[in-house]
Amino acid sequence: MTRIKELFDKKQNDILSVYFTSGFPNLNDAPHIIKALADGGVDMIEIGIPFSDPLADGPVIQNSSNIALKNGISQKLLFEQLKDIRKTVNIPLIFMGYINCTLQYGFENLCKKAVELGIDGLIIPDLPFEIYKNEYKSIVDKYGLDFILLITPETPESRIREIDEISSGFIYMVSSASTTGAQNSFNDEKQAYFNRIKQMNLKNPTLVGFGVSNKATYDAACANARGAIIGSAFIKSLQENPTIEQAVSSLIKKVKE
Amino acid sequence: MNNYEIDEKGFYGEFGGAFVPEILQKNVTELQNCYRQIMESDEFKQEFHALLRDYVGRPSPLYYAKRMSEKYGCKLYLKREDLNHTGAHKINNSLGQILLAKKMGKTRIIAETGAGQHGVATATACALMNMECIVYMGATDVERQRPNVERMRMLGATVVPVQSGNKTLKDACNEAIRDWCCNPKNTFYIVGSTMGPHPYPDLVAKMQSVISEEIKWQIKEKEGRDYPDYLMACIGGGSNAAGTIYHYMNDERVNIVLAEAGGLGVETGQTAASLNCGTIGVLHGSKMFVMQTDDGQIIEPYSISAGLDYPGVGPMHCKMFQDGRSKVLPITDDEALAAAFELTRMEGIIPALESAHALAILPHMKFKKDDVVVLTVSGRGDKDMQTYLKHMHKQD
Repeated sequence: MTRIKELFDKKQNDILSVYFTSGFPNLNDAPHIIKALADGGVDMIEIGIPFSDPLADGPVIQNSSNIALKNGISQKLLFEQLKDIRKTVNIPLIFMGYINCTLQYGFENLCKKAVELGIDGLIIPDLPFEIYKNEYKSIVDKYGLDFILLITPETPESRIREIDEISSGFIYMVSSASTTGAQNSFNDEKQAYFNRIKQMNLKNPTLVGFGVSNKATYDAACANARGAIIGSAFIKSLQENPTIEQAVSSLIKKVKE
Repeated sequence: MNNYEIDEKGFYGEFGGAFVPEILQKNVTELQNCYRQIMESDEFKQEFHALLRDYVGRPSPLYYAKRMSEKYGCKLYLKREDLNHTGAHKINNSLGQILLAKKMGKTRIIAETGAGQHGVATATACALMNMECIVYMGATDVERQRPNVERMRMLGATVVPVQSGNKTLKDACNEAIRDWCCNPKNTFYIVGSTMGPHPYPDLVAKMQSVISEEIKWQIKEKEGRDYPDYLMACIGGGSNAAGTIYHYMNDERVNIVLAEAGGLGVETGQTAASLNCGTIGVLHGSKMFVMQTDDGQIIEPYSISAGLDYPGVGPMHCKMFQDGRSKVLPITDDEALAAAFELTRMEGIIPALESAHALAILPHMKFKKDDVVVLTVSGRGDKDMQTYLKHMHKQD
């Protein structure tokens, strides 16, 4: 059983997954951030691999990616930083990056490396599921990784079924037609979409991401899915707080209290 | 036989495809499913051709450049896209796509622009069709192509200066795609070149194919045969090049020679010569040759010409280059400037800096006296006067 599946078996509600950009705010912060998030009670972590042209991301993650690349982060260096990560952290870890970086590293090389480091799954937002299914799924399966696909308010029902069929781990439910970034609340239209997906009884559990930033959006996500994914709000917290530990506790406070 | 048609998944060999976030899949699929049918309908054809004739002023002349022909020892014909309404080939595509957008029920138009020619063309089409228009343009380009920014504003478009990256065409594309992600329901993205996710490379090539369709009968009238020995054009994303060669891609009698932006020279790293310097990667939804690091980070391009200042090349051109069907020369800033002044002084035509790159191929060629050469002057040089004047003062 994978760590991701174990998490969803063990915990029914209020799962909190947090994204951060590796190489940000400082080049070698990734292991420290992962440890602090795990200690702070986060259930799962998405380790962002920065790309120079992240077209699914809003200004906050764009900016953190730019700084990380200026700091000198690369896939090679990140993987080096993570070589002992499983000695200290047990929660599921996921790589999230864009297809171009993956292709240059080599899709299979990345999978092999992920297994070696104890990473549990991959998210590649600009790899369409048809191409994933035809060209890469067999590699991911060979290495026993979970591959998390996204659905959005624009995804037709038949396509959601197909995505559910080949996803593993969980389904990343994009809250709204947007790039990543904080929103203050989810309106009725979004609630209706969450509800529609809930009614579909998908075989994979879902987590809501994009726009989750405070108690209102976190609660709405948890009421309609198994939990939430937070990215931009944590990056902001890292910018606003003097230490990584404080950034984590301030985030948790903001969404849970 | 056609070697350069997309397959059913939107690939030219290994190039192309639609690598877009899930939020855009529905839009892209919708467009993939309907564009050919709409474009092949009599209604669309009639509307499009009437606009091209009465509004753009097509056919654009095929002009025999006598003095330049003598100098380069060939029969040089210039395909005068610079004489189109709005001053470049871009208007062909913008009008075609806005008709598509209307037929698909979209109400809001977005576009990216480098030199501003595609932005002006799209703003023009939107004024004509009474549609909202938002143009993303790198802040650097807003500065160096100021007259076009003013034209777009006068036409009623909102010009959004993009502050990310090098603040040029690549960054404008990123921002346009992000806008599209946020407004997928009502928005149509008028892509300006043969790039972006499938079906745009094919769609834009078809919209621009009117150029080679005209070359075919025009050269027949002038030379008694319907094909030239050489076709030449500049290539950034690849739209005027695609239009120039469209009806000749599989005609091996015709040599295709294209000019990409060498910048300060390919050996300096200050270049936008993506075919000569790039490796295969994915940018803006399409697999193509891009300038990038081993880690997959896109390298910021450089060229004096805002329209060619892009780190990738449309997938159709990648396939043709890989097959050896087209020859692609990197032309430096200095060569392009010299060529622009040469055309101006010898034929009385001030070309756009982009088109000047195509003209700068001529000194690299060895022609036979009877060789028929058709070279596309993709746009006029008004927008580049600031750069040309600076160069002229340097010479004085």
